[in-house]
Amino acid sequence: MAVEVQPTPGASPAPDSPLFQSPENYLTHPSTSIGSWLFTLDHKRIGIMYLVSILLSFLIGGLLALAVRLELMWPGQTIMSAETYNHVFTLHGAIMTFLFIIPSVPASIGNFVLPIMLGAKDLAFPRMNLGSYYLWVLGAVFFVGSMLMNGLDTGWTFYTPYSTTTSSSVISALLGVFVLGFSSIFTGLNFIVTIHTMRPAGMTWFRMPLLLWALYATAIIQILATPVIGITGLLLIAERLLQIGIFDPALGGDPVMFQHFFWFYSHPAVYIMILPAMGIISELVSIHSHKPIFGYRFIAFSSVALALLGFLVWGHHMFTSGQSPVSAIVFSALTFSVSIPSAIKVFNWLATLWRGSISFTTPMCYALSFIFLFTVGGLTGLFLGTLATDVHLHDTYFVVAHFHYVMMGGTAVAFVGGIFHWWPKMTGRMYNEWLGRLSALIVLIGFNLTFFPQFLLGTHGMPRRYFDYEPEYAFLHFLSSVGAFTLGFGLLLAAIALILSLFNGKRAPANPWGAVSLEWQCASPPPYYNFKRAPVASFPYDFTRVEYDPPSQSYIVRAEEKGAATADH
Amino acid sequence: MLEMLTTSLFSFLSTILGTLPALFGQLPPGSSFWFPPAASNVAEGIDWVFYFILYLCLFFFVLITGLMLAFMWLYRRREGVPALGGPSHNNALEIAWSVIPSFLLVYLFYVGFVGYLDLRTVPEEAYEIQVNAKKWAWAFTYPGDISTNELHLPVNQDVRLVMNSTDVIHSLYVPAFRTKMDVVPGRYTKMWMNATKKGEYKLFCTEYCGEKHSAMLAKVVVEDWGEFEKWLAKEGDLVGNYGYEKAGEMLYQRKGCNQCHSIDGSAMKGPTFKGAFGKEREIEGQSEKVVMDENYIRESILNPQAKIHKGYPAVMPTFQGQIKDEEINAIIAYLKTLK
Ligand code: HEC
Ligand SMILES: [Cu+2]
Ligand SMILES: [Cu+2]
Repeated sequence: MAVEVQPTPGASPAPDSPLFQSPENYLTHPSTSIGSWLFTLDHKRIGIMYLVSILLSFLIGGLLALAVRLELMWPGQTIMSAETYNHVFTLHGAIMTFLFIIPSVPASIGNFVLPIMLGAKDLAFPRMNLGSYYLWVLGAVFFVGSMLMNGLDTGWTFYTPYSTTTSSSVISALLGVFVLGFSSIFTGLNFIVTIHTMRPAGMTWFRMPLLLWALYATAIIQILATPVIGITGLLLIAERLLQIGIFDPALGGDPVMFQHFFWFYSHPAVYIMILPAMGIISELVSIHSHKPIFGYRFIAFSSVALALLGFLVWGHHMFTSGQSPVSAIVFSALTFSVSIPSAIKVFNWLATLWRGSISFTTPMCYALSFIFLFTVGGLTGLFLGTLATDVHLHDTYFVVAHFHYVMMGGTAVAFVGGIFHWWPKMTGRMYNEWLGRLSALIVLIGFNLTFFPQFLLGTHGMPRRYFDYEPEYAFLHFLSSVGAFTLGFGLLLAAIALILSLFNGKRAPANPWGAVSLEWQCASPPPYYNFKRAPVASFPYDFTRVEYDPPSQSYIVRAEEKGAATADH
Repeated sequence: MLEMLTTSLFSFLSTILGTLPALFGQLPPGSSFWFPPAASNVAEGIDWVFYFILYLCLFFFVLITGLMLAFMWLYRRREGVPALGGPSHNNALEIAWSVIPSFLLVYLFYVGFVGYLDLRTVPEEAYEIQVNAKKWAWAFTYPGDISTNELHLPVNQDVRLVMNSTDVIHSLYVPAFRTKMDVVPGRYTKMWMNATKKGEYKLFCTEYCGEKHSAMLAKVVVEDWGEFEKWLAKEGDLVGNYGYEKAGEMLYQRKGCNQCHSIDGSAMKGPTFKGAFGKEREIEGQSEKVVMDENYIRESILNPQAKIHKGYPAVMPTFQGQIKDEEINAIIAYLKTLK
């Protein structure tokens, strides 16, 4: 039952063993030419291309964020005009949401590890996977195009009738959203089919790594919700081009209907963003505590519950929109129901830490930051789900702080943690742990300094999307800007740690963390075919089977003893 | 900029040095750590709900991060020592921590719901003010068709705002009253308030509406009935109270003309008014020049698209129905003074 590259217990692998370095490493096989990358069907290469592109968007979105914070550092005009500011904050939001955070985890990390975790050679539809990447590129081109044409000043939410009347490049941005939607749908579809049909021997649904449950739940939302934003975008384009009255009251349309359509996608999209991050955290917390995840089934089901409940709560973005009080009340009640599955996960992660053996590796430091930040983000959501307090806080900085705690402190931090976790697998290199940990610490401090003051700004009534503000808010804005630059510096350090590792990092062993899931049982970096023969999977969190092997500096996973470890989890 | 940097740094340091009040020294009097002054009859109830959630959150926050930190310390990795380990699941425990918070959430929903009904149930007998929002000015119209840019409210009086927008969505928000409502084109939205403390407050637009979104502020003044009526009477007859030229200047600001027309010769969205009266201008799609006289001004205000000043976009909104003849006369008189 031994896995292809798995040595017999006791015998340490020879230095040239495939566990160390595969001669058919995917980075160099079949060839290193540009063409072999651009037209590759290898999910790992596509994952890497996605990763690079997505991180580039993150960089651009981040620089725009710094521009916003610099402008707001002092009252009055600091570095740009009000009009430019409106373009900058819109592009920050649009790029971060559509180009960075929605595709982030699934398209890059998911693409890379999902098939290997399944012991498969690739996704079910490799060509569709490559197609999804090029659709992403096309979508990005539309975005850059609208930036270069007349910019975009609608806010990433495209509310009508502002978006039907502004002279900025709404149409090309919406086409971008439309195309990106297909990219997202393709990825989701691919994941669902792959998980359904390509699980290896021994991998029942409840033996799947929790990241796969999370990606699966995400894929459901991607497929069901994304078409709605696509169609909404097309309707808006039709309205602008053909003057058909849909959303613009001047043409007989209904602007509030747009908000319903928009949030019908964009609320579930919040779960497209956070679920995969939660999946990563479930992996990291368990692996780096060297202890099985606590409450596997509850975590798995809570992912699915979030995916489904996420469809029922979009109206909580519209408590002050003029929608009827009855619908506001119904949406508030439903909104509280989504907080339970998130709370379940947090408690389960804590219980996993309990009596574990916690290594403070860089990925773990990011994972612990995630738990802290996500807890704050989740709890502050209660103020917004509660009707009486939301009316005061809606569209203020409180909301800005809340969703940054969830999206940036949650998803982006988990994403960075995930990159550090799978980096040795992707590149075959180890990075400097101290630099990595330091980056995690600075990110944590910078993040809180940036966004905590924004809660106070919000409760004191500072509206969002303001180019300028009243003098009483100056101090908190100043703090927030100092935090933003600290945060940027922390992320820069993380980037430096990773980039340096490519040049002088130690060679990564196959299994540096002591994980059990299958992707750690092939070489680092994996051979282009992943596994010669399909491996047999077991419960991915049974760390009793892992042993450190000093000569290879790697952990080795012993083959499962017959009958053992099939215990019900 | 250096000066700004040093002053900001200074206030930063002074706070670090433990003078927390310095942080909020700039806030309006009566502000607490979390809130601006509470000046409406619903504000205190809403603050109560807020603090209730706050303490609930603090409890869970301390619990979660406390446990996390404790575990990080207690169960840190020691060389060669495997995890102590424990059960991999415990249904009773997991059901407990799913169900117990649910009860809290039901209660939270309930208090939020009750507070919301107070906010949204507009009293029948309320004093009614019409609100119009447009890029980027507020207009408050009182009974007797008196229109102003300031929201004056009699203290301890239920007031209903019937709101509507000329262009895009705006949102009316008074932090001290803890209430807001979107102002939507093509429909009326309603909100109400009962201000309980005399004083001046700020009104913000909280729905993004373009370039001057952050400048779309208005002053809220809460005063006794007597003062309120006196003020209203004066506003009702600007020309009678201030004379044509002064009234024209006030209208230039109140009607929002100053958002697009300067009086110092500088270029804004629209042409400057400085020295404009009596001068010729080129009109889009028309070869003859036109002189700015009384009729031209009147037409520009009531039907701005009729003649477009060459080189400017046709973005001026019509003021038809929002401005009285006397007021147009006052504006004309004012423009004549801008040499
Ligand atoms: C949203 C911006 C905007 C606002 C607000 C606005 N205008 Fe204008 N106005 C313009 C623009 C742009 C033009 C030039 C194009 C045109 O002729 O319509 C203009 C033209 C004019 C003209 C003709 C000027 C000329 O040189 O030919 C007059 C008079 C005028 N406006 C008066 C007013 C008055 C009075 C108000 C306030 C009650 C006002 N405008 C409010 C944008 C505005
Ligand atoms: Cu939502
Ligand atoms: Cu606004």
